[in-house]
Amino acid sequence: MADSSAHDAGEAQPTSFSFDDESNAEIAVIVAKYPAGKQASGVIPLLYVVQKQMKRQTGSAWVPRVAMDEIGRVLDMPPIRVYEVATFYLMFNTKPVGTFHLQVCTTTPCWLRGSDDVVAACKSETGITGFGETSADGVFTMTEVECLGACVNAPILQVDDDFYEDMDAESTKTLLAALRRGERPKPGSVIGRQTSAPVGGPATLTNIGSNTQGGD
Amino acid sequence: MLTDKDRIFTNLYGMHDAGLAGARARGDWDGTAAILARGRDAIIDEMKASGLRGRGGAGFPTGLKWSFMPKDIGERPHYLVVNADESEPGTCKDRDIIRHDPHKLIEGCLIASFAMGAHACYIYIRGEFANEAKRLQAAVDEAYAAGLIGKNASGSGWDFDLYVHRGAGAYICGEETALIESLEGKKGMPRLKPPFPAAVGLYGCPTTVNNVESIAVAPTILRRGASWFSGLGRPNNAGTKLFCISGHVNKPCNVEEELGIPLRELIEKHAGGVRGGWDNLLAVIPGGSSVPMLPKVICDDVLMDFDSLRAQRSGLGTAAVIVMDKSTDLIKAIARLSQFYKHESCGQCTPCREGTGWMMRMMNRMVAGRAELAEIDLLERVTKQVEGHTICALGDAAAWPIQGLIRHFRPLMEERIAAHKSRGVAMAAE
Amino acid sequence: MVKVVVDGIEVDVPPGSNVLQACEAAGKEVPRFCYHERLSVAGNCRMCLVEIEKAPPKPFASCAYPVNEGMVVHTDTKMVRDARRGVMEFLLINHPLDCPICDQGGECDLQDQAVGYGSDVSRYEENKRAVKDKYLGPLVKTVMTRCIHCTRCIRFSAEIAGTSEMGATARGETMEVGTYVEKALTSELSGNLIDICPVGALTSKPYAFVARPWELKKTDSIDVFDALGANIRIDARGPEVLRVLPRVNDDVNEEWLGDKSRFAIDGLKRRRLDTPWVRRNGKLEKASWADAFGAIAEKLHGLPGEKIGAVVGDLVDAEAILALKDLMGALGSENLDCRQDGAQVDRSRRDFYCFNSGVVGIEEADALLIIGSNPRRESPVLNARIKKRANLGGFPVAAIGATADLTYPCTWIGIGPETLTSLRTGSNAFADVLKNAKKPMIILGSSALARDDGAAVLAAAWALAASVGALSQEWHGFNVLQQAASRVGALDLGFVPGANGKGLGQMLGGEVDLLWLLGADELDTAKIGASTFVVYQGHHGDRGAARADVILPGAAYTEKNATYVNTEGRAQRGFAAIFPPGEARVDWRILRAFSEQIGRTLPYNDLDQLRAHLEAAHPAFGRIDAAPRFGCSDLTGPSGNPDAVSAVKFAATVANYYQTDPISRASATMQACTDTYVRPVAQAAE
Repeated sequence: MADSSAHDAGEAQPTSFSFDDESNAEIAVIVAKYPAGKQASGVIPLLYVVQKQMKRQTGSAWVPRVAMDEIGRVLDMPPIRVYEVATFYLMFNTKPVGTFHLQVCTTTPCWLRGSDDVVAACKSETGITGFGETSADGVFTMTEVECLGACVNAPILQVDDDFYEDMDAESTKTLLAALRRGERPKPGSVIGRQTSAPVGGPATLTNIGSNTQGGD
Repeated sequence: MLTDKDRIFTNLYGMHDAGLAGARARGDWDGTAAILARGRDAIIDEMKASGLRGRGGAGFPTGLKWSFMPKDIGERPHYLVVNADESEPGTCKDRDIIRHDPHKLIEGCLIASFAMGAHACYIYIRGEFANEAKRLQAAVDEAYAAGLIGKNASGSGWDFDLYVHRGAGAYICGEETALIESLEGKKGMPRLKPPFPAAVGLYGCPTTVNNVESIAVAPTILRRGASWFSGLGRPNNAGTKLFCISGHVNKPCNVEEELGIPLRELIEKHAGGVRGGWDNLLAVIPGGSSVPMLPKVICDDVLMDFDSLRAQRSGLGTAAVIVMDKSTDLIKAIARLSQFYKHESCGQCTPCREGTGWMMRMMNRMVAGRAELAEIDLLERVTKQVEGHTICALGDAAAWPIQGLIRHFRPLMEERIAAHKSRGVAMAAE
Repeated sequence: MVKVVVDGIEVDVPPGSNVLQACEAAGKEVPRFCYHERLSVAGNCRMCLVEIEKAPPKPFASCAYPVNEGMVVHTDTKMVRDARRGVMEFLLINHPLDCPICDQGGECDLQDQAVGYGSDVSRYEENKRAVKDKYLGPLVKTVMTRCIHCTRCIRFSAEIAGTSEMGATARGETMEVGTYVEKALTSELSGNLIDICPVGALTSKPYAFVARPWELKKTDSIDVFDALGANIRIDARGPEVLRVLPRVNDDVNEEWLGDKSRFAIDGLKRRRLDTPWVRRNGKLEKASWADAFGAIAEKLHGLPGEKIGAVVGDLVDAEAILALKDLMGALGSENLDCRQDGAQVDRSRRDFYCFNSGVVGIEEADALLIIGSNPRRESPVLNARIKKRANLGGFPVAAIGATADLTYPCTWIGIGPETLTSLRTGSNAFADVLKNAKKPMIILGSSALARDDGAAVLAAAWALAASVGALSQEWHGFNVLQQAASRVGALDLGFVPGANGKGLGQMLGGEVDLLWLLGADELDTAKIGASTFVVYQGHHGDRGAARADVILPGAAYTEKNATYVNTEGRAQRGFAAIFPPGEARVDWRILRAFSEQIGRTLPYNDLDQLRAHLEAAHPAFGRIDAAPRFGCSDLTGPSGNPDAVSAVKFAATVANYYQTDPISRASATMQACTDTYVRPVAQAAE
């Protein structure tokens, strides 16, 4: 299971971490959001900053332990409080992940609409045999996630930050193949639905005139 | 059936520009200063009169909640915190508001904050909504640039700052005090109540936590009037509501409808009907994973509102309708929810930490029938041992789906166990 | 007061109390695991559920529910019993139930409560959870599968110890309590984790598998490893002290104990002096008491009083001090000193050398200045009281001296005594903080007196206290934090050079021919004159004994009924838990026996008579356990010149907390702590 490793900091830990210029600029914006003395509020955002920087620098979006210590220093928090947060929230990877992080929702609404097929397709296309694993080539890590909050477009496969919706086995294979090729297909419904509207087009809101351009 | 002219979320599907220009064209930010000029009490009274009940699941009257904030601003600042941690399985309505109608939410934040004496508001959005958070931040930036929020927001004389804060993958942060803890930079572990957030909330200050939808409908209610809103729906269940229809329907979708719409009408009119026809329906979870399921016989004529569903020992919850047809392994469907709650339990208090795992393991055995008949009673007792004994409602939410299953489909579980036993006998005989 | 009815019993409790406290006031026992009256409320174990009338029909966690006027509470209804049984079942399903091999067995809250609320059969058919044990250093052993996640240890580490190192990582049933990274806890109070852990998850590493609680004889005593005088309980089996635990005394140590006080006790069995020794031909040889006494008597023969001197060490009890003083008096000597560190004191008034605010007074103070002291190292439990006050906020703390992590926010405003001058003249801004405080407090470390300008520092600190309003009829804000358990008692008894007496330096410098060291091991024995005949009376073969010509084996603090006066001036009594080893004897009896041998018999034949003399010598000994707090009506300062302070900075105090005295230096556990905590730091600094 993915979270069984949350307790040990792992072996492949780097021995140092420092924020780069891009990260420091982000941190300045983040810390300004919270009242003076309440900078601990920035711990989740800073963990994201670390994860992004690691992705930039190493190709793997994860949070090494030394980076947690650095956050503690920047936000004046005891390191243990950062460790607690980093291991409590599922989106922080406390060990390296592949280039693409496949996050398959298998909660009941997705399961009812075939998430098992999506999981199976992910396994067959990547050679991964179980959740939490990274493919031998280091390209994919597959994680089982709980409800992603897009249930009327189930099943969902989240790749890094992007939701791919209305998936099935075939579209999963197509998507993974595209990713391997270095393409990044447009997120959203893979069957061409208008967001959360019924298949075939909205049955309501058809009388709303708008002089503005469409969104999605 | 609700007509488009009474729909609040007119860009629900993102057909139109979600930006400020599009929002203005749909009537947002129209006379905001004038609404604020009515004063705090008038706004809260209007919200009370509208009959709006919180859209996050519990259905607590929104205007009343706003009135719990201290009348005067003392040494501690007031905060509005918007709960955009939409994570209840089946629910995906706030996502559409955030990505397609963010200005309704932002305007609502200003009005609600003003009504509660808050100069600052945080929108706590679930971490997985990374792209939605970007959209929302862009809309916030637009609103700042246009002077709608910030110093002297909308020319009202009220200074107002709005911040978007992302969570990072924890269902429990949808619980308001866990959300506050998380926003303060801690683990999302629910606080003991009392004290309630209106007294001691974010950073120890008076705080109100509202759902995205509750806040986003407020500007329209105030523009069109409480009586317009309360004229929709049914008594004590006023107004329109975003429904999310997922599972075994022909056309899963989100739709805004009147509260009190019959479940069958909702499914058939908007979601293309149950896969294989209404008679192929097995059961419906009517309000997100936390509420007990309803068998078809109840679904035939139940109305979709707080009180009607409560009368059926279920609930409206977030109005996330999960439809399951006759092909569904209901035991597995619920077992998967048990896995969800076990995974999302924060681990703070004993009954939930230990009980959710126990329930999940028993449910997993029930799926295979690998259990004794008496264990169905044991399972139900364990759910009762969790329910009502925990710090927050996650324990209740973990218990109810199982209770619903046992209440309505006990024979199914018994059959499964019997089948497993007979297989064992058959194998032993070979 | 708020009126609450618990099971039909009406009680009045202070506003702000919780329901659990009201239940206790009504004499109703409420089971609990996470609740601890000295920690913040977590409300997570759910064991203390009660039923409250006119509230929603569900059980409430009594520890987390505030009382209301007229509240009606039931602690023993079916709902309550069922709820607690349910919680107990949940706690036990993943608990290993390995009580037979658990050191907590017999004193385990979970075990005790399971008797009341547990079932005799388990309904749990699934696999139990197993959790990897954590390394927390040489003192605390973990068996984390037993952990019930009450978070007491996490709250203790953050709120009391002030070293936020414990936490709970991950979540749900995979949540684990620990430090996440493998590291030894850095708190001097870590042993208290063992006490507050309600189960066997955190137990004592040195005490592992040593004894069961019912095998132990429990004796009340007083800790001697610092000058706080923490109240302790000595657990012994036969001739062996097996463990030391804190006893509750809200005025002194609450219920905490420093790690040295708890864990140095293995040092009581090592390097012990269990027989007299006499140096013959340059070599120490075992001897009989008669021989040893004879050797001293022979040396004393014809020796004038001015050529005889005595020094008492840091762990010595008041009874022995008085006996030695009386013996010296009988021999005509005024050459006495109790200050191995050379501290300059003015004992003309007791408030010149005591902690006058009192330990509980710390909680009343609203500003604090620490001078030349590291309270965390000098008295970790007293430091925890400062931390407790700091947690409440509105408590600016500043310090002068070597910087250190005191576990609470502290501004370092200077490194030497000249800062006292700048504070007194008002040029340092913290002077205003002190002046504006209602109850400003100044803590002067005893190390700051053990310098050439010690008397001036003492006078300057007092003058500062006077100038900022820390001295008034109602409030005495001047405090000396002593480090030696014996010091205040010895000063009270006047164990300092008489009018023509010689002090420590002269005595060491060869100006006496016979020097009697009573448990004095913290002085530089190399300085003792080559021809000085040294009698060492004490319990450990440490520095003093090594230089001795005659060794008289004495009793350690666990082996005698003895009185100690703590830094507040509070006289407290401990009782003997075991007998001294071998030929060793209780110290005052040794002195009494020797006095008889040389025909100058001390005027007391038993402890009661001796204690009557103690009381006559100083009234403090007549009010055991009490430390009346007095205001300060006479602002006249001690004899030093406050303007004569030097520019020499205050040195860091207590380099190694774990080894400060003969007992802890003999302790293998304290050696392990030194190796873990002190050595690596020293190496890193090189």
